Amino acid sequence: MLVYALRRLLLAVPTLLFISLVIFLLLEASPGDPLGNIPLTIPAEVKEKMREALGLGQAWYIRYLLWLKQFFWVEPLHWFDHISGTRFSEGMQRIISFQTRSPAFDVIAQRLPQTLTVVGLSYLIGLLIALPIGIISAYRQYSWFDQIGTFVSMVGFSLPTFFTGVVLIIVFGIKLQWFPSIYDTTHRVTDWDSFVVQVRQMAMPVTVLALYNAAQISRFMRASMLDNLRQDYVRTARAKGLGERVVVLKHVLRNSLIPVVTVIALGLPAVFGGAIITEQVFKVNGLGQLLILAINSNDIPMVMTLTFIFAILIVAFTLIADLLYGVLDPRIRYD
Amino acid sequence: MRLKTLMLGAVATAAMAPAAFAERGADGQVNIIYWQAPSTLNPYLSSGTKDLEASSLVIEPLAGFDEKGVVYPRLAAEIPSTANGGISEDLKTVTWKLKPDLKWSDGSPVTSADVKFTADYCMHPEGGCAQLARYEGIESIETPDDLTIIIHFREPRPNPFTAFTGSQSPILQKAQFEKCAGTGASACTAENFGPIGTGPFKVVEFRTNDAVTLEANPNYRDPAKPAFAKAVIKGGGDAAAAARSVLETGEFDYAWNTLVPPDALKGMAGAGKGKIVTGFGTLVERIEMNLTDPSPDLPEGERATTKHPHPILSDERVRRALSMAIDRTLLTEIGFGEAGRPTCNLVPAPEMFASDNTGCLTQDVDGAKALLDEAGWTVGGDGIREKDGKKLHLLYQTSVNPIRQDFQALIKQWWQDIGVSTELKTVDASVFFGGDAGSPDTFQRFYADVEMYANNFDGTDPEPYLAHYTCEKVPSPESQWQGENVNRYCDPEYDKLIVELGKTANMEERATIARKLNDMITKDSMTIVPLVDRGRVSAHANSLGGVVLNTWDSELWNIADWHRVK
Repeated sequence: MLVYALRRLLLAVPTLLFISLVIFLLLEASPGDPLGNIPLTIPAEVKEKMREALGLGQAWYIRYLLWLKQFFWVEPLHWFDHISGTRFSEGMQRIISFQTRSPAFDVIAQRLPQTLTVVGLSYLIGLLIALPIGIISAYRQYSWFDQIGTFVSMVGFSLPTFFTGVVLIIVFGIKLQWFPSIYDTTHRVTDWDSFVVQVRQMAMPVTVLALYNAAQISRFMRASMLDNLRQDYVRTARAKGLGERVVVLKHVLRNSLIPVVTVIALGLPAVFGGAIITEQVFKVNGLGQLLILAINSNDIPMVMTLTFIFAILIVAFTLIADLLYGVLDPRIRYD
Repeated sequence: MRLKTLMLGAVATAAMAPAAFAERGADGQVNIIYWQAPSTLNPYLSSGTKDLEASSLVIEPLAGFDEKGVVYPRLAAEIPSTANGGISEDLKTVTWKLKPDLKWSDGSPVTSADVKFTADYCMHPEGGCAQLARYEGIESIETPDDLTIIIHFREPRPNPFTAFTGSQSPILQKAQFEKCAGTGASACTAENFGPIGTGPFKVVEFRTNDAVTLEANPNYRDPAKPAFAKAVIKGGGDAAAAARSVLETGEFDYAWNTLVPPDALKGMAGAGKGKIVTGFGTLVERIEMNLTDPSPDLPEGERATTKHPHPILSDERVRRALSMAIDRTLLTEIGFGEAGRPTCNLVPAPEMFASDNTGCLTQDVDGAKALLDEAGWTVGGDGIREKDGKKLHLLYQTSVNPIRQDFQALIKQWWQDIGVSTELKTVDASVFFGGDAGSPDTFQRFYADVEMYANNFDGTDPEPYLAHYTCEKVPSPESQWQGENVNRYCDPEYDKLIVELGKTANMEERATIARKLNDMITKDSMTIVPLVDRGRVSAHANSLGGVVLNTWDSELWNIADWHRVK
C-alpha cells in the first residue's frame, strides 16, 4: 500500500506539471485580452504602458517559468515566513493578479472560508440527507417512499442550479421576503442574533446545492445497498436471528458504504472549486466567483493559480479515494 | 440692556439649533451595490469605472464636475480662470491653491507636495498608470509653498481641467504612496486597497472583487457631514439582481448602472420602494462605416487599409441611404426605454457642443431607395441590389450584448427592405475591445464593412475626442493596428479645423468649431452614423435623499450630502 501510494505521488508530479503547461498554453492561445475591458477613453499608448507594467511584454515561456518559480518557490517561502516570522521571501515578486494588482494567494486565502462555509456545509447537508434516503429507498424498493425519492433525485439532478437558485430567490427572497436575496460576505457572527442572520442568508444557497448533491449521492447509496441486500450473508444473518436493524445498519450499510465513500471523496475537490454558478447567482463571492471573474477578465495569473490548485486537489483526492477504498475493503490489494 | 442682549442671544441660539441637528453619522449605514465589483481603490491602477467610483468616497481631486458638467472646487479654494489670474494669459500656466487647514483622514495636513507627488506617481514611466491621459502635456509642476501648485503645460491649453480634475485623477497622500511609484505599484497592496484620503469616508475593510466597508472620516472638512456613519459597497451578481435588491426588496439603498430591459425595470419600480434615475452624458451608440476594403481577397497587410478604398461604402449616397433606413426612435424604445434618446450627433453634450442636427431622426425608406437608385445600385432578381456585377452585401459586426443583437436584427431587416443583404457577426466584448494586434476581430482592425458599439469622452471638452478622426490616427499594420480613427476617414479640411481648435481659447468659438467638426463626420459625410444617446440609469431607495445623478463624474460624487429622508 505504501509503495503504491508513493508511486502514485511520484507519478502525480509530472502529471501536474503537464497540466499546468496545458492550462497556460490554452490561456495564451485564447483570444481575450487582459486589458480588453478597460474604458475606451484610455488611449492606446497608455494601454501599451499598462500592458508592459503587467509583464505582458515578455515571451510566453519566460512568463510560464516565472509563474512556476513563483508558485513552487516564492509562495511556499512566503507562507513559511508568515508562520515562522522569518523574512526570507522579502523583496521577492509573488504571483500578482492582473485585475487587482495584489497577490493572488491573498485573495484566495480571503475567499476560502466563504466557499468552505457555504459549499462545504451544503455538501455535508447533502450527504446527511442522501444517505438515509438511499438506505430507505433500497430497503423498501418500489414503495411510495422509493418512488418519491427517485422523482426528487431526478428533479434535483436535472434542474440546473441557476434555475433552482433564481426560482428560490424570486419566491422566498422577493415575494415572501423570508430570506435576503443578496449574501453579505462581510457579516461577522458574534452573538445569537448575528448567527441567526448568517443562517438566514445561507439558507437558500445551501438548499440549492444540497439538493443537487443529495440527488447524486442518494442514487449511489441506493444502488450500492440494493447490491448488498441480495447477498447470501444477509440471508444468513437473518437466519441466525439478528434483528433487522442490526442486519441493515451494521452489516449491509457498512459494506455498501465502500463505493459511496470513494464517490464522496472524489466529489470533495468540487467543494473547493466553489459551486461557480450558485455563487454567482447568490453573490456569495467565493472561489467560484473569483474564477469566473478572472476568466472573464483574462486575468492569466489568477486563472492559472486557481485551476492549478484545483488540479492538485483533484489528483490528491483521487489518490485518497483509491487508498480509502483499499483500506475499507480488505479484498482489495495494491501492489 | 443686559436682559435684551441675553434674550437676543437666546433667540439666535434657538435659530441655530436646527442646523445642529444635521450631525455627522446620525443616519446609520448606507448600502450601495455595484454589480461589477470594485477590484482596487487606486484609480491609477484601475481597469474600469467601478474602481473610480468606489475610490471617490475616499480620495478627492482638486476639482470635480457637477451634474451640469460645470467645474467646481473640492480641495481647491477656487477654480482658476483667466479672470482671477489662476490661468495665465498665454494659457500655458495654471495655478491651483488648496483650501487651508485640509487634513488627511489620519490627521496629517494636506500640502502641495501631495499634489505634485500624485502627478509624478502617474507620470512615472514604469508605473503603467491607467489615467496617464489626464496628465498629458504637463512640462513641470512647481510648489512654491504648502498651498500653491503651479502647472506648466508644454502647449497652450484652452481647457486645463484634466489633471487633478474629476474622479479619474484624485490626490494621493505622498507619505503613504511614496514607495509605490513605478514598479513598486504592485507590491503596495495595503496602500492600493486602503488609500488615505480627504473624502467623507475612510476605508475599514476592502475585499477585492467583493465588498468595501467604510466609515465616516473623522477629519472631513465639513463637521456636519457625512450624514451616514458607515457605508458598504457590495459587488457581484448582475444588473437585474442589483435593481431588484433596491426596487423590490429594499436590501440596498443605491444600485449603480441598472442596465435592465426597460419594461422589466419599470415593473420593478412599480413596487414603490425605490425610484430610477437617469442622466445623459456623452455615450453614443453608433454605426461606424469602413471607408476601406476589408475583403478577404486582398493580401494580409492590405485589407482594411487606406490602400484600397471600399467599393461600396466610399459612395456617400450609399452611406446616407443606410442611415435613412433606420428608425432610431424604435431602436431606442426597444433597447433603452427612458434611458436613451435617439440622436444624430457624435457629440450630444454638453449643450453648447451639441449641433442642431435632427435630420436623421425620421426613418425615410423611400428616400433611401431613391438614393441607392441614383447611386447606380439597381435591384436584382433576388431583391438585393447590384452594380457592375457586384452585390450590395455588407458584413455587420458588434460585441456580444443582448441589446446590440436586437439592434442588429432590426437593422438587418430595414436594410433588407431597401435591398441590402447583411451578414451579422458578433465578437466577445473582451476580444472586440481588446486591442490585441494579432486578433482579426478587434474594432480597430475592422475586418468588416460596418460595426456598432458605443463610445464617449471624459470631461466636458470634446477636442481630444474629435481629434480621433484625423488622417494620422488611422490604424494600420505599421501602427500595430492602434489608432482611434477606425473609419479610416481622411479629410484635410477636418485636420485643418482640428489644428485650429487646438489654438482657440474662446469657448463660443471652440463650440462653433466643434459643432462643425461633428457635422462634417456625421451629417455631411455619414461616416459615423449615431443611433442612440445612451444615458446612465441607476436606482435608489425612496428613503435615500440627496442623490443627484452625475454623468460627468463619479455617480457617488456628492455622497457627503446623502441622508435618510425622514
